[in-house]
Amino acid sequence: MTKSYRSKILLGLTVAFGLTATASAQMMINGAGATFPYPIYSKWFDEYAKVDPSVRFNYQSIGSGGGQKQIMAQTVDFGASDGPMSDENLSKAPGKILHIPTVAGAVVMTYNLEGNPALKLDGETIADIFLGKVKKWNDPKIAASNPGIKLPDKEIVVVHRSDGSGTTFIFTDYLSKVSAEWKQKVGNNTSVNWPTGIGGKGNEGVSGQVKQTPNAIGYVELIYAIQNKMPYADVKNAAGQFVKPTLESVTAALGTANIPDDFRFSMTNAPGSNAYPIAGATWLLVYEQPKDPAKGKKLVEFLKWALTTGEGMAKDLNYAPLPDEIQQRVLKRIDEIKS
Amino acid sequence: MAMAASIAVEGRCAQARMAPPSRLGDKAFEWLTLAMALVVVMLIILIGWQLWQGSSVAIRKFGFHFLTTSMWDPVAEQFGALPFIYGTLVSSLIALLIAVPLSIATAAYLTELAPLWIRQPLVSLIEMLAAIPSVILGLWGIFVMIPWLRDYLFPLLKRLFGWTPFFTGPIYGPSMLAGGIIIAIMILPIITSVSREILRSVPNLQREAAYALGATRWEATRIAVLSYAKKGLFGAVILGLGRALGETMAVTMVIGNTPQIALSVFKPGYTLASVIANEFTEATTDIYLQALFEIGLVLFGLTILVNLFAQLLLRTITTTSTTRAVQ
Repeated sequence: MTKSYRSKILLGLTVAFGLTATASAQMMINGAGATFPYPIYSKWFDEYAKVDPSVRFNYQSIGSGGGQKQIMAQTVDFGASDGPMSDENLSKAPGKILHIPTVAGAVVMTYNLEGNPALKLDGETIADIFLGKVKKWNDPKIAASNPGIKLPDKEIVVVHRSDGSGTTFIFTDYLSKVSAEWKQKVGNNTSVNWPTGIGGKGNEGVSGQVKQTPNAIGYVELIYAIQNKMPYADVKNAAGQFVKPTLESVTAALGTANIPDDFRFSMTNAPGSNAYPIAGATWLLVYEQPKDPAKGKKLVEFLKWALTTGEGMAKDLNYAPLPDEIQQRVLKRIDEIKS
Repeated sequence: MAMAASIAVEGRCAQARMAPPSRLGDKAFEWLTLAMALVVVMLIILIGWQLWQGSSVAIRKFGFHFLTTSMWDPVAEQFGALPFIYGTLVSSLIALLIAVPLSIATAAYLTELAPLWIRQPLVSLIEMLAAIPSVILGLWGIFVMIPWLRDYLFPLLKRLFGWTPFFTGPIYGPSMLAGGIIIAIMILPIITSVSREILRSVPNLQREAAYALGATRWEATRIAVLSYAKKGLFGAVILGLGRALGETMAVTMVIGNTPQIALSVFKPGYTLASVIANEFTEATTDIYLQALFEIGLVLFGLTILVNLFAQLLLRTITTTSTTRAVQ
């Protein structure tokens, strides 16, 4: 609503000043896609306007699916997605699409128990809860990781996302890695056929429902748990350590995750004793050979700025920045964009 | 001035006597309204065609099974719409069961009984209800209505009617019944306003005739007003039903979004409109998108079917009552 209002005002202003401002024609670079990184992307576009006033960015946060479709159809100059594109979709695109990882975020297990004790959970138990196999809070599997905490003899109310989302993609990707049964029965996607539980729309829907329902458990992005002052569990990582979800433990996971040269990687269940296991990156999608070379050149300049100066703004907005080593690898890849 | 005008009128009359008046204006008006009406028809056909186009691959792949199976699995790319169809119909039915008596009673009170000083504020309040954005109602649903339902109303219903299969099982809050109640709140204003207009258009002669025969106020309202306005009231309900079938945002936030078919209204459900709103933006594979388009097509078809059914029902009701009246 406000966005379209703003764009209408912009349009109005553009028309009004069109005659006087023809001398300094601004280049408009269009992008569309993921909603998760929208706050940091808009911050970047605002800040970058001060660096290079000759370009302006227009980003529509229409969802990762839309972002992938629009970059494939070349209706935008760059796309954005919370999950890497599939081989099938890449082969359908008219040119080679590069994945540029920008920032990462954690998905946390939040819950509503009397007294809000600090819980510790391991992957297999989380999978069993979401498979509907662990039904009560005082199940020995939960109790084993939480000695000294009095768990109630109450049914667990499972809450998951009802809308397709990158958060669900990261969460089910993690569960597929730690539970063979999950992988076989449910699998991994932006939305899945949930074996149990009730669906809440959006991060706010899940956090709202967990907060309102006694004995509920759900998964949300870290920032939502922090903003809503909800407790979230330490999760056992691949190295056997219980790790608290923080920006540092997500960056640690990025540092140890196995990242191939096309940057289509999954960083869940990363090795390393400090790595938080349920986390995911978000990507910008650009063509190796941009349709409009002039725009491509400006886009490359922006990407370089974003991967260096821009990364420094990530933490303030609760995103985990890329570790230095990966930044360097990504920058090298950006140089390969032909413009 | 007056003389000039009368001369002009006489002149025109004389002209009219000489030649038949031009029908061009009438014709133009007819064509114009016809064109407008056709635009609406075309729009409906185009929407249907577009939905059909968008889902052709899914229709070929899943065939009739799409309507009769319950599996909705984007990972395995198996799609069946039955739980969504069920959820849409049941949530709308619950909404009508709650909203219709409330709205018609409200409308009857406002037109027949309410003192003038109470009438206008009440009408404004009801109309204000229609102005609340869907998403706000949904948030209110999550944070206010659902905790209240879970802690007070649902346990009470379970105690009273727990012996029927409709009020059994654990109580979570988000449920088919919560969805139905939210829709009821949303369609209440439209049914009330339309019903009120209809009851107001009932000629006073009707009421006077009933009173003259010694009817009480209740009898006069029932026989002379409600019965007379039956057809119109039915139309008001259909309008509400149309809105209920397509209602999306608020329902999605309270219905629990679980594609299952359960008799108990305490269990979460899912509607056709909700699944489109939930999954369309992040659907990346072709067949997944096609399946969502087909859900749209099913909703489109369902709305038309329900309306047709309602029209038929209306015709049977009115014809039987007229025959009875004639006899």
